Amino acid sequence: MNEKKLMLGNEAIARGAYEAGVKVSSAYPGTPSTEISEEIVKYPEIYAEWAPNEKVAMEVAIGASISGVRAMASMKMVGVNVASDPLYTVSYIGANGGLVLVAADDPGLYSSQNEQDSRCVARVAQVPVLEPSDSQEAKDFTKLAFEYSEQYDTPVMVRTTTRLAHSQGPVTLQQRQEVPDKPYERNAAKHVMMPANAKGRHVHVENRLKQMAQDACTFAINKAIYKDTSIGFITSGIPYTYVAEAMPNASVLKLGLVHPLPRKLIEEFASRVDKLYIFEELEPLIEEQVKSWGIPCIGKDLFTLQGEYSANMIRERILGMNIEMSKPAQVPARPPILCPGCPHRSTFSVLKKLGIHGAGDIGCYTLGAVAPLNVIDTTVCMGASISTLHGMEKARGKDYIKNWVALIGDSTFLHTGVNSLMNMVYNQSTGTVLILDNSTTGMTGHQEHAATGKMLNGKETKAINLYHLCKAIGVEHVYEVDAFDIDTLEETIKREVARDEVSVIIVCAPCALLKSQATRAKCVVIPENCKKCGMCLVPGCPALTKNTDGTVTIDDTMCNGCGLCMKRCKFGAIKNL
Amino acid sequence: MITKNIMIVGVGGQGTLLTSRILGGITTKAGFDVKLSEVHGMAQRGGSVVTFVRYGDSVAEPIVEEGQADVLIAFERLEALRYAHFLKKDGVLIVNDQRIDPITVVTGAATYPEHIIETLQKEYTVIAVDAMEEAKKLGNPKVFNTIIVGVAARRMDFDKSQWIEVIESTVPPKTIALNKAAFEAGYALG
Repeated sequence: MNEKKLMLGNEAIARGAYEAGVKVSSAYPGTPSTEISEEIVKYPEIYAEWAPNEKVAMEVAIGASISGVRAMASMKMVGVNVASDPLYTVSYIGANGGLVLVAADDPGLYSSQNEQDSRCVARVAQVPVLEPSDSQEAKDFTKLAFEYSEQYDTPVMVRTTTRLAHSQGPVTLQQRQEVPDKPYERNAAKHVMMPANAKGRHVHVENRLKQMAQDACTFAINKAIYKDTSIGFITSGIPYTYVAEAMPNASVLKLGLVHPLPRKLIEEFASRVDKLYIFEELEPLIEEQVKSWGIPCIGKDLFTLQGEYSANMIRERILGMNIEMSKPAQVPARPPILCPGCPHRSTFSVLKKLGIHGAGDIGCYTLGAVAPLNVIDTTVCMGASISTLHGMEKARGKDYIKNWVALIGDSTFLHTGVNSLMNMVYNQSTGTVLILDNSTTGMTGHQEHAATGKMLNGKETKAINLYHLCKAIGVEHVYEVDAFDIDTLEETIKREVARDEVSVIIVCAPCALLKSQATRAKCVVIPENCKKCGMCLVPGCPALTKNTDGTVTIDDTMCNGCGLCMKRCKFGAIKNL
Repeated sequence: MITKNIMIVGVGGQGTLLTSRILGGITTKAGFDVKLSEVHGMAQRGGSVVTFVRYGDSVAEPIVEEGQADVLIAFERLEALRYAHFLKKDGVLIVNDQRIDPITVVTGAATYPEHIIETLQKEYTVIAVDAMEEAKKLGNPKVFNTIIVGVAARRMDFDKSQWIEVIESTVPPKTIALNKAAFEAGYALG
């Protein structure tokens, strides 16, 4: 079999896992890592699941590895933070069956709340990191990661970035290699990380990294390509492709293993080129280490710590080229917005009317922070809405949060929000939490979760009932309200924020993009009834446009018939078609 | 062959991904090395989106940089204006003559520029089509993107039969007939 297929980086990673004989995969969705699980579940040989969060996913993979099979966990970089607790310790335990963590970074912040570099986490966790630069390598390096994991008795990180994860390139497919399950042996010194055992394993960790750094000088994935030696680059991943594009004749040391670094290979390369550049996105990990060995090189003095790199950066800053191009036109920005018919818009229109502040969370609803809704005041990380609101109350007293609510999605609530709610109950908070339940993980593109009643493979399962869950942990006041029933929602929010006890309002309505929502009657304007008051325009639905005469037009290709504009119109000027 | 650079720009949710996959399919079928770069996640929620398609004997980077696009396919007028400077001097701009107001215009913070097509025509070779209107004639506005593929096909060196084969293998099976009709309509316009 030598079939070639165009594949996303993420699809190629899934293929690599398949070909490597992986049997267990666990993950939580997060851009740019989500498609790995969506592809891996298509291989019936692999058990693949969505876990409620990345820590759980990592631990599932650890269990599978200890039991003797090859296992993988995949997540975006902020998910790696959530999974870092088990990661730091499984580094000591090592691997029985190959254990791989795919960490997807997001330089340029296409869909993230920070721009962290997962290589830094791997360095602290003392875990080796492989970094592919195209889809073919994404597959090959994933397979190799499992081999290294077993050979060096270590978890291995495969680090990708948005540009790799969401780029497609040709990949040569190979057969799956069935790997026999390794025997499990009871071995507390290796598997039970308590102080006495961990002391011994720490020695293993240090020796392992030293050994690997030495061996890495001859790894085929660390390639020194000597051409014109007046300029040499040390680079890896997607930035390598920019070097190849801008300066195809330069000498390049392309690192496939970016931690630990092959010192001898780097010293040799540096000695053979006149001027050495380190071309790495985000943190100067390679640069700092190379400099620590007394090797002169240029990196972050010339290239930014922020965002994505490009070939033009090299052309301009190294070759001194003045790139001739037209000036970009000055045009209005087009930031992302809530979709037409989004239930969050309905909820936010009520909060806006009531002048209530939102302690926000991670999801599409973060877009409630921008005009014209402007109801979200804070966003930190998954689950933080509830705990930050609690912190505000404990700092400033219960009256301070009478015009605040915590806003969190259903999937995010199950991810880490539920812990924060337990804290509210336990420590006698009086805050009000709105769970924006749209029956899916919305922003990442509709993944199932523990409250949807379906698993990653589409099969039905028990759905966790959010109402009963909140009740069970001790919230006395739990209500379920339809997101589009704006009168009931307004009344409920007013009543609950005034209450001196914890309340949860589960605001329900499926995501507007779910297929089940496609058949509602669209809204149309009856121009003769329109008083040009603009009330329908306040929530900022993109399907509505204000005409020059002050009346409104609804775009029938965008409207999904949610009826929010109709409910806001007091003059009967909007009706369902 | 020297690498060719194509960009597809539009508003998140307009279906630029399907179009780039058709382009990926046709260039792969022709035996080229191909790289595509897409946008997923938050930007897809009504934001400005960009997809790159590069093909040739050997393609290194997956993105098209400023001043390098041979063909720029814009699904919306304002997006055509936003990304026009990515075109080479002799590049071709195919624009769907549709206006979608960004939220900055809806809220009154910005004004939607007038005479975009005319402005662009002063500097670039522009092919403007009202694909949405054509798609409505076919009974489904959603296939406007395949109409644009048809328009673009006239500017690229692949056989019509190859395009049709790729469309058949890329679009959802139930929509093959509709998408083929849309491609034909676009091809006739181009």
